[in-house]
Amino acid sequence: MTTQALFGQLLIGLINGAFYALLSLGLAVIFGLLNIINFAHGALYMMGAFVAYFLLQWAGLGYWWALLVAPIVVALVGTVLERTMLRWLYHLDHLYGLLLTFGIALVIEGLFRNEFGSSGLPYSIPDALRGSYNLGFMFLPTYRAWVVVFSLVVCLTTWYVIERTRLGAYLRAATENPTLVQAFGINVPRMITLTYGFGVGLAALAGVLAAPIYQVNPLMGANMIIVVFAVVVIGGMGSIMGSIVTGFALGIVEGLTKVFYPEASSTVIFVIMALVLFVRPAGLFGRTA
Amino acid sequence: MTIVRALALVLVAGLAAAPSALAQISDGIIKIGILNDQSSLYADLGGAGSVVAARMAVEDFGADKKGLKVEFVSADHQNKADVGSQIARQWYDTDKVDVIVDVPNSGVALALTQITKEKGKAMLVSGAATADLTGKACTPNTIHWTYDTWALANGTGNAVVKTGGDTWFFLTSDYAFGHALERDVEAVVLKNGAKVLGKVRHPLNTQDFSSFLLQTQASKAKIIGLANAGGDTTNAIKQGAEFGIVKGGQNFAGLLVFLTDVHALGLPTAQGLIFTETFYWDANEQTRAFAKRFAPRDRGIHPTMVHAGVYAAVTHYLKAVEALKSDDGTKVIAKMKEMPTDDPLFGKGTVRADGRKVHPAYLFEVKKPNESKGPWDYYNLRATIPTEQAFRPLDQGDCPLVKK
Amino acid sequence: MATATDTLATPVAALPAATTVPAHQRLAFAAMVALLVVAPFLVYPVFLMKALCFALFACAFNLLIGYVGLLSFGHAAFLGSAGYASAHAAKVWGFPPEAAILFGTLVAAMLGVGIGALTIRSRGIYFANITLAFAQMIFFFAVQAKFTGGEDGIQGVPRGMLLGVVDLRRPYVMYFVVLAIFLLGFLIVYRTIHSPFGQVLKAVRENEPRAISLGYRAEHYKLIAFVLSATLSGLAGATKALVFQLASLTDVHWTMSGEVVLMTLLGGLGTVFGPVVGAFIMIGLENYLATLGAWVTIVQGAIFVVCVLVFRRGVVGELGRLIRKPL
Repeated sequence: MTTQALFGQLLIGLINGAFYALLSLGLAVIFGLLNIINFAHGALYMMGAFVAYFLLQWAGLGYWWALLVAPIVVALVGTVLERTMLRWLYHLDHLYGLLLTFGIALVIEGLFRNEFGSSGLPYSIPDALRGSYNLGFMFLPTYRAWVVVFSLVVCLTTWYVIERTRLGAYLRAATENPTLVQAFGINVPRMITLTYGFGVGLAALAGVLAAPIYQVNPLMGANMIIVVFAVVVIGGMGSIMGSIVTGFALGIVEGLTKVFYPEASSTVIFVIMALVLFVRPAGLFGRTA
Repeated sequence: MTIVRALALVLVAGLAAAPSALAQISDGIIKIGILNDQSSLYADLGGAGSVVAARMAVEDFGADKKGLKVEFVSADHQNKADVGSQIARQWYDTDKVDVIVDVPNSGVALALTQITKEKGKAMLVSGAATADLTGKACTPNTIHWTYDTWALANGTGNAVVKTGGDTWFFLTSDYAFGHALERDVEAVVLKNGAKVLGKVRHPLNTQDFSSFLLQTQASKAKIIGLANAGGDTTNAIKQGAEFGIVKGGQNFAGLLVFLTDVHALGLPTAQGLIFTETFYWDANEQTRAFAKRFAPRDRGIHPTMVHAGVYAAVTHYLKAVEALKSDDGTKVIAKMKEMPTDDPLFGKGTVRADGRKVHPAYLFEVKKPNESKGPWDYYNLRATIPTEQAFRPLDQGDCPLVKK
Repeated sequence: MATATDTLATPVAALPAATTVPAHQRLAFAAMVALLVVAPFLVYPVFLMKALCFALFACAFNLLIGYVGLLSFGHAAFLGSAGYASAHAAKVWGFPPEAAILFGTLVAAMLGVGIGALTIRSRGIYFANITLAFAQMIFFFAVQAKFTGGEDGIQGVPRGMLLGVVDLRRPYVMYFVVLAIFLLGFLIVYRTIHSPFGQVLKAVRENEPRAISLGYRAEHYKLIAFVLSATLSGLAGATKALVFQLASLTDVHWTMSGEVVLMTLLGGLGTVFGPVVGAFIMIGLENYLATLGAWVTIVQGAIFVVCVLVFRRGVVGELGRLIRKPL
């Protein structure tokens, strides 16, 4: 493999890593702050892409609108799910939350697959982001460069809000000790609902980003979800920064694997997860359970 | 009393008049099962359209007037051999299906051809590609219509090499069909003196080809042979445009391209693509008439060669059943090989001893946008490959049914 | 936050310490056998065989989740690898069916030992994740290895002649062989639960630190239960490969792991007959809705949701509560 080809694959890996990071960010927010294992994350990511598609087909609203509207729409769906179903499971074992969200994911994906089949629907790259940069060792499509930049910005902003601002402090306190925080007059159930909505909104945002390159397709979430879970577990289930770093890093590792042993590229993440869990059971950046 | 006697007479007369011609058709009904991909990457080139084609064949044959009762069932095998096998078994065992039609996805077709032989039923394959169906996997219960990997390799492989494509890199779909197509095209390409610089396999139904495309670029081969079909082919070509494959001086060779793929790609992206097919709706008056009736029944989609193959195969099957007065699978297939074929879509032809239906193949090139008069007007005919040359010679297939 | 003893199953009423089989369970067992003996003459035998294989798979899975309290999200690895092993043995090496099934089961057992040793120290969500990780590695191996046939799977697996005399190609014959295998597996699970070993497992599930303080090496017990669960799952998979004469990627895919969780949950976690009922309901549903394509997935998801929210004891669990006796 020439160095040219190597750089090319690494760059592709970075782009895939951006998706992993953005998706695992939402998952980490939801687990870290709410202790909910949200298996429906992949299905909600897929809904984000579909909302973008619908906005274009039915309302003529393009990509830039979708970036704003889709996360809000899907976040609303998420808050409904939380209020009507997840709420009842907080006092039970975490794994029931996993099973519930797994069921929700099946329902959502089944409904979409029933309506739209399982091949992709086309969604074109917005005009402003077409074309590619000739980097010498490869042509880098402009859109994919945008994906990396945008994801980084969103990830770092989210991390900052949660870890460094007062709002984030309230959130973190509310999950550590809800009764105490409620006693201070803060509406804890509402915060929890909003946080879930936010995490879900992040998933939908990733979906809109994915629509032009990965094809809008009901199975797009199912293919991603177990990988994203692995990312969150490796990063440490409560750690926001852990998920971001691990997401990008794993994308690059996947890219490297594609150079030397392409068939293993979808499995290397699991090998790493097994190794990490063996050595550091709480993940790389995780707080111990 | 007279009323009772009259009724008795009517009853006896009715019983006497019952057509004895149906005595040997299993439970008096010819049940056709259309099994294909209805929701995934092959749904448009076959799918619901194949059911339409089968119905049209039965209507045009005039089954009602001839006193033949025909029923249909259809199902989605989701491109999985286990799903397809279970459906086929159930259809044959409990639902009294006599013949299964279409079956795209070579892996599923190979699994089903064995089950069909075991149960003594019949299978008419239009959608699947692997030439092994009439080669080492041939059975006396299956006829392979429309096309196969050998015909595609022969047509497209030869043509592309002759126009200067002397270095190749294969992007292959990782299952029976992809492997078969890659193998057959590689053989033709090497025979013509070209070189194969490398191959990469991708999973079926891949959404993102970026890393595979980078590898094809790194190889610097002049021709990137796409040994895949349906959504995989169109995704690879679309993303190839993103990554500047053609700008960088390479060309895609679509080894299996259908009318619906060109429609999905659009002429600006697809123009200039060269590939082999065995049917085009705009070829002559009869095919045009068929397309005109077909399109409104399949959401405006014009018939692909798979649809045409289903129509022709069911028509010939009904003729054989009528002649034999039986729908016993093995016997009907034998009769279909005996009788010459004739239908408005493929013209006159024959079914060989190995189960291969033979007819001419055509080399098409996709029109430039300004050459097309409207949607679905996509092909220019480049060359016609006569029947004797279009398919693998009878003695080269290793089919045990062929006497050496 | 997660506590040291993560339990999942809702405890059912405590079973008597004596190992005699309670009367109502004996009755239920007799009813089940009677039904299963008569069924193939009324219902398509291939459908029943599929349900029986999955019922065995679910019983094996229930051993781990219902009685040890560990949710494994990678049990498909055992089902699928045993299937490939037995298919390969029967087709390529020409093993007679009993040897092929035994071989497949053995492969699953060895995998169980390997994966169990590496995962048994984890708990709760981490256990689920790490079992999933190993299952994915098995899936990858299945996709890559030449002998598994990739997307096409191993096709045309011969059923052969059992012990050289019984022709398994005849559906009724095959059915009763599969029924025998199922009953064998079912009774092994039953015996395990209602033995002193089973009592220790329950103790470990209820309060692991206390069990350890009483001198039981909890991890050993958990590992043995894991291996037993894996072995019986393998038995189900090896048999299934011969029933359908096909071994494919579907059986090692992670969604298969999800399906067995659903079957067990629906039937009733930690009940004796729950997994059997759950498996039959799910396979029946899949069959009935098959022509409606994606509706199968939707209904499965809806059942998951309903079960977790309001029906956590499952069908048999609720039945048991009704008659106030454990089933």
